[in-house]
Amino acid sequence: MSLVLDPVPASGAPLARRNPVAKLGAALLFTLPLMATLDPITPAIALAVELAALPFFGVRPALIARRAWPLLLAAAGVLVSMLLFAADRGGESLLSIGPLDVTTGVLSSATGLILRIFAVALPGIVVFATTDPTDLADALVQNAHAPERFAIGALAAFRLLPLLGQEWRTLTLARRARGIDTGWNPAAFASTAFALLVGALRRGVRLAVAMDARGFDSGVARTHARLQRFTRADTALVVVAGLLPASILAVTITLGLFRPVIG
Amino acid sequence: MSEVALRGFGWRHAGRRAWAVRGLDLTVRHGERVLLLGASGAGKSTLLAALAGLLPEDSGESEGTIEIDGLEPRKARDRVGILFQDPQTQLVMARSGDDVAFGLENRGVPAEEIWPRVDEALERVGFPYPVDRPTGTLSGGEAQRLALAGVIAARPGLLLLDEPTANLDPRGAALIRAAIARAAAPETTVIIVEHRVAEALPLVDRVVVIEPGGGVRADGTPEAIFAACGEDLAEEGVWVPGRHLPSRVAQIETTTDLVRTEQVAVPGRLPAVSLRARAGEVLAVTGPNGAGKSTLALLLGGLLAPGSGRITAFGERRPPHKWRAGTLTRRIGSVFQNPEHQFVTGRVADELALGPRRLGRSPEQVRQVVDELLQRLRLGGLAAANPYTLSGGEARRLSVATALATAPRLLVLDEPTFGQDRRTWLELVALLAELRDEGHGVVAVTHDEDFVRTLANRVLNLGEPAP
Repeated sequence: MSLVLDPVPASGAPLARRNPVAKLGAALLFTLPLMATLDPITPAIALAVELAALPFFGVRPALIARRAWPLLLAAAGVLVSMLLFAADRGGESLLSIGPLDVTTGVLSSATGLILRIFAVALPGIVVFATTDPTDLADALVQNAHAPERFAIGALAAFRLLPLLGQEWRTLTLARRARGIDTGWNPAAFASTAFALLVGALRRGVRLAVAMDARGFDSGVARTHARLQRFTRADTALVVVAGLLPASILAVTITLGLFRPVIG
Repeated sequence: MSEVALRGFGWRHAGRRAWAVRGLDLTVRHGERVLLLGASGAGKSTLLAALAGLLPEDSGESEGTIEIDGLEPRKARDRVGILFQDPQTQLVMARSGDDVAFGLENRGVPAEEIWPRVDEALERVGFPYPVDRPTGTLSGGEAQRLALAGVIAARPGLLLLDEPTANLDPRGAALIRAAIARAAAPETTVIIVEHRVAEALPLVDRVVVIEPGGGVRADGTPEAIFAACGEDLAEEGVWVPGRHLPSRVAQIETTTDLVRTEQVAVPGRLPAVSLRARAGEVLAVTGPNGAGKSTLALLLGGLLAPGSGRITAFGERRPPHKWRAGTLTRRIGSVFQNPEHQFVTGRVADELALGPRRLGRSPEQVRQVVDELLQRLRLGGLAAANPYTLSGGEARRLSVATALATAPRLLVLDEPTFGQDRRTWLELVALLAELRDEGHGVVAVTHDEDFVRTLANRVLNLGEPAP
């Protein structure tokens, strides 16, 4: 959990320092249009652009590799299911074993999908690796006008997450002391998970009461101790992130490779 | 600064038959410091929650009036600050300074005033770190001092403290009490609920005793109150200062080793320890927080594999952490610090029957064990109750009873007397002394000096944590 979500220490890289809302918006604007096409070239170009932008976020490729490994599992899953079940078997046949017919068409679709997974996930990984959760909540409230109840509440809940791992270990040991070997027994697993949930709810309620007691959500307009600014540089980041996919799509359309999702 | 006035105040939680508090007439004047006493279940915490404006109208039924500076508590919230027991569920933000600022932001304090007030509050509670210190790295005592800073930064006229040191070791608790004494401005009105009475007395000038469901029983200076009804209060479980505790020194000397460790260590949690736990004796393991006491309890309980060193138990070659859970429960019983971690069923009786059932005892034998334990630990009337609804003292007795249900020779307890009232404390000590005299071995991790003095045959002090 924490391995994937913990921000890396502030690096001072020019794009890492941008307003969290700008970074989040840029990531969305950049990735959403990529969904429009099925060809492998569009996500390949996008991925190249993303990798080229990494140094400006102060993120080392090693870090991305560490955090992106679950995507490899997804990619492997896509490859296997495409090889077995793809309906469109156009193109040249490369390999044929019984019912399995590997064609260039199948390979191209599979490559397209896998590249898409990486091209869409990478900006998200970069944003969360370079953004402190507190800064994100502050910016959501101050720049995106998200409800404070939601942003600050989520932030407080987020702080309790690491406790869950600790709690799970304690519960498992406590059950062994009661004569229950947990191991891989699904019933014992379910009952431990239930106990974990009950404990989490109780803690959540206590935290909510404490926040209440400190005047949270009491109807008074909150002030902000930490100021988040949305500057021209932030606007520029969002605009560029919006223009890039348009140009990438223009290239694929010009090359005649555009394969719309719909139709 | 604030004045509190209660006239015939009562509160009943929705769905309960009994009133949590009732018929309270009480005035607390500007700048007074009051210790609120009463047997467990007298409604002390409910009263504090009511004063803090934390009882929503739809969560129960109220009678009489309760006012702070002439306002009902929900409208006086910005004049009141409350500190709870558990620091983990009071901190909201990831960085220490941000957490103190949180309450000020909520009250609409202008941004340029926030940071000077944060610094001042941190200084007054003696918080030893810079404002960007992550809250996740603080010890319990440090986190509680931070939570106190968050409360006093808002400059409340009425400061409510609900067992503020109950979750802390003696050193952390002393620091919190010092911080309270220093941090609260002299004109602040203070109401404390604290069951370690002797420690809380230097903070107060007035004691109010409330009766379960029946108003104020006694009200006056500490000396007057303890002279008048000290005897009764001690009987009901209040830790009245200066009361004698019976000694439970060992009856017999034995030399049978149940568990022996040779230089066992867990990297980062416990430096190497060699010890013997013997039948017929109580071994107390003491030491400051972070010294590895709880880790040692897990090792002795066969719940954790040591990083290095050897553990042998019950003359077997295989170390206890490799035994099957069933074998373990017949030999070593572990009682965790938080009883709720060990509850796995929905009824007290099922909780007791679980261990013997899993060992394949006949229904007749199981019933016999359950009945005997229900009686021995005074849980008879609660056989059908849900373990999660028990009071602190009842839950503690049940967790000890569940460990005894499989008749282990060795009992390992982590802070068994933590947060208990005097009555439960005396019962636990008597029970453990009995078990020891029957030939059981007892190992107790504890901060409780009274417990060590009263019961322990030997003491193992783990000393300072490695830097």
